[in-house]
Amino acid sequence: MDAIILQILNGLDKGSAYALIALGLTLIFGTLGVVNFAHGALFMIGAFCAVTLQRILNISYITIDDTQKDFLGNPLKVESPYVKAWFGEDFGAALIDWSVPLAIILSIPVMLLVGYIMERGLIKHFYKRPHADQILVTFGLAIVLQEVVKYFYGANPIQTPAPGAFTGSFDFGVLLGFDPNVIIYPYWRLVYFAFSAVIIAAVFAFLQFTTFGMVVRAGMADRETVGLLGINIDKRFTAMFGLAAAVAGMAGVMYTPILSPNYHMGMDFLVLSFVVVVVGGMGSLPGAVLSGFLLGILQSFASMNEIKALLPGIDQVIIYLVAIIILLTRPRGLMGRKGVMED
Amino acid sequence: MGILDIKDVGKRFGGLQALSNVNLSVHENTVHAIIGPNGAGKSTLLNCLIGKLIPDTGSVMFAGESVLGRSAHEINQMGISRVFQTPEIFGDLTVMENMMIPIFAKRDGAFELAAIKSFMSQKDIVEKAEEMLVDMNMADKRHMHAAAMSRGDKRRLEIGMCLSQEPRLLLLDEPTAGMARADTNNTIDLLKQIKAERDITIAIIEHDMHVVFSLADRITVLAQGTPLVEDTPEKIKGHPKVKEAYLGEAH
Amino acid sequence: MFGLEKQDSRLLIVVAILTMCAPFILNPFPAESALAQFNAGYPDLMQRFVIFGIFAIGFNILFGLTGYLSFGHAAFLGIGSYSAVWMFKLLSYNVVPALILSVITAGLFAVVIGYISLRRSGIYFSILTLAFAQMSYNMAYSVLTPLTNGETGLQVYSNDPQYLKGDGPDVTHLFGFEMRAASELNIGGWTFDFSIGYYLSALIMLASFYLAIRIFRSPFGLMLRAIKANQTRLNYTGISTRPYTLAAFVISGMYAGLAGGLLACMDPLAGAERMQWTASGEVVLMTILGGVGTLLGPILGAGFIKYAENIFSKINENVLHSWFSFLPDGLESAVVWFFARFVGEGWHMTLGLMFMLIVIFLPGGLIEGGQRIGRLFKGKSASNNPPAE
Repeated sequence: MDAIILQILNGLDKGSAYALIALGLTLIFGTLGVVNFAHGALFMIGAFCAVTLQRILNISYITIDDTQKDFLGNPLKVESPYVKAWFGEDFGAALIDWSVPLAIILSIPVMLLVGYIMERGLIKHFYKRPHADQILVTFGLAIVLQEVVKYFYGANPIQTPAPGAFTGSFDFGVLLGFDPNVIIYPYWRLVYFAFSAVIIAAVFAFLQFTTFGMVVRAGMADRETVGLLGINIDKRFTAMFGLAAAVAGMAGVMYTPILSPNYHMGMDFLVLSFVVVVVGGMGSLPGAVLSGFLLGILQSFASMNEIKALLPGIDQVIIYLVAIIILLTRPRGLMGRKGVMED
Repeated sequence: MGILDIKDVGKRFGGLQALSNVNLSVHENTVHAIIGPNGAGKSTLLNCLIGKLIPDTGSVMFAGESVLGRSAHEINQMGISRVFQTPEIFGDLTVMENMMIPIFAKRDGAFELAAIKSFMSQKDIVEKAEEMLVDMNMADKRHMHAAAMSRGDKRRLEIGMCLSQEPRLLLLDEPTAGMARADTNNTIDLLKQIKAERDITIAIIEHDMHVVFSLADRITVLAQGTPLVEDTPEKIKGHPKVKEAYLGEAH
Repeated sequence: MFGLEKQDSRLLIVVAILTMCAPFILNPFPAESALAQFNAGYPDLMQRFVIFGIFAIGFNILFGLTGYLSFGHAAFLGIGSYSAVWMFKLLSYNVVPALILSVITAGLFAVVIGYISLRRSGIYFSILTLAFAQMSYNMAYSVLTPLTNGETGLQVYSNDPQYLKGDGPDVTHLFGFEMRAASELNIGGWTFDFSIGYYLSALIMLASFYLAIRIFRSPFGLMLRAIKANQTRLNYTGISTRPYTLAAFVISGMYAGLAGGLLACMDPLAGAERMQWTASGEVVLMTILGGVGTLLGPILGAGFIKYAENIFSKINENVLHSWFSFLPDGLESAVVWFFARFVGEGWHMTLGLMFMLIVIFLPGGLIEGGQRIGRLFKGKSASNNPPAE
């Protein structure tokens, strides 16, 4: 029992990331009709927003401290970040410590801008092109973005720790009446899960309760009719793309303490997220979220030693296997709608 | 017994009885039109004929065999060729290639890897396709991309493709829907010509009464999912029930 | 010739002459000159041209004719390589059994994967093939390690049985002709290499090309093109489309397996990275770059990409400095900095940009580009001609 709860918890954070990326993919696909292979790159760019902020906050000036000597006997050079000088020692240190959550503030305008440029500059011209063309052009874009990031940040993963307050682990088992140290769960993963739940709820609320969201939902259901109503759907779709980019970016920012960002993390997540979207049902937002969590948890179960002993290598293929089975038995995915992408 | 026998066909969608007690027979070498106002159940009936829908009750027999539950290519191989509301042709291919495909399908069946056949001459196929293009007055367009033609020409090509298979039944689904007046007249003339020159059985499903009066030997009027009357065009014209069915509908 | 139309025979002959003379054509610069780095006439690279040519020709039979975009064809390339190396390990270094087995195994895998994936179309098909390829890739690294030797890659060891080896050579060979054997010809400052490996690959490529032409022109090929044009009409014309798409999928899978087998014949080593989805993306790019659905396009695309990859990754900042040394200092460093982003390590950036530019501006690929230029010269009179195949 405790092992099962632990695996469910372990699956939640990965599942949250899948769900957030898949949500954006579905929004873009459902509204714009575009299959965006560069969506993983947006997640990656978000993650590197966190890296950037961390670096900015750590920009330091060097002073020579005569009271201390290094091992050669020379005066020690002390690096002190500007933020500490400007905002005081304590507040500056807190800023640096909290750089990951703070990066969300940076990532939102950055991602909206990236999304806007992408949609207006490239995606817009591909609304009427075949899906194959959309896949290929965004695939190319993903490679380019990935290489740009690689140039600026190098090929190695970069450590971006969570704030000190969240670095510990939470003994979840005690709460549920198990022995101590059986179900241990890092605080940050809990934060990530809560964060994604909030974002997902916010996106759904936005689509459900605002006029803007209503038009978008109508557009997802029947694009032509909404166009005929004289509503300028294109402008809203640009905004939608920006929103999807921001969601992916924020998902990336918050994921950095769990997985040190590297330039190819976007691609790694993209393939899986596409599988998630297809399993959930192309064009279904609840489907994307549901299957994101489902597959995340399944994957974490498959990596249990007991199961790996039974079915070696299952952790490597479980997601693909599930996707294949679902697509063959429920061609529209778990919650897919009729008439979406059936040509 | 006709070549196509529809017996006691009924179909329900949730609370809507789309078809009930449909009985009709299409006889060989006749043109049989099924007409009716919007929502009379024409499309549902058509979908039952081509295997897309399976009716809740009744049977649809073509030449003594049931068509129910068969896939599109099987129904075609039984001898039914279908013309669509909007012409369905191979837009990316040339007119000549468009014409060759149904002839291959007639000769080689539903699937033919043709490893050996493909090394042999396709002269007979080409000749037959040429002949059909001449019949359809399209010989000069043979190298054109089919997608580049006018709607009327596309319709002409589609009908030619169906005829090239020498079908036992030609099924026309609103052949003039959405067409300009001139194209409509052309299509009617073409169908008249086909009827005069060939021994062929045609079933037309049509919304527009005027199109069928000049073509049909027999007409079945469908209303609210059930056949109202079946008779010759002359008799249908003045039939009070038909007037009621059409006039009752606010156009 | 060989039952081909006149126009196709001409194409085949031109391709044959070009591949046979490739060691000359691709080495236009004297060996000692500064431009020698642009030469491509050495066996290793020429082999890659023709082998990836085979891969792309096969991919085009599926994607170009039926329009089904597979994002997992690299799996068959990898399967072909593994099969070939296993033949080397078990039998001998002779390439014939290796190639036969690689085509057969790739074909079998294609039957299974195709049968399942082809139950869906469009984007679903792409994702299904991608899922299968990623699954094979992950499995090659994990569970299947006994078969694939995991991250090290599969290779022949001296204690492998090699039951049929006898006293045959210790390198890959075709009945005694060693693949790496090459003769060098020196004329003036020029050096030309003729390797057995290249000529074997080239002959196999020509045979594959011939077969592809036959498929394109056959009734079978016509049906495949009809699938792309209008599946509904084809069904109502009495054709069952699924066996056709499956046949096309298996044929293109076998082509990929053959290419994978040949790669292993030239260098008896097989690794899972050959199956990665970026490799699947590469063959898509080759086909698109050359021209989807055209006969010659995939070969051109494969050659172009492999040449660009080779040249771009060879150039470094020093080379750039020597090129732009005529510029004033500040400008020079700026220009060098800019171009350095696209060469050497930055080759992938160039690849990505090429991907985008081709899809945006030249969806018909190089062949269409060539035709456009041709039309410009011929003037408007040519525009009414029937579209070229």
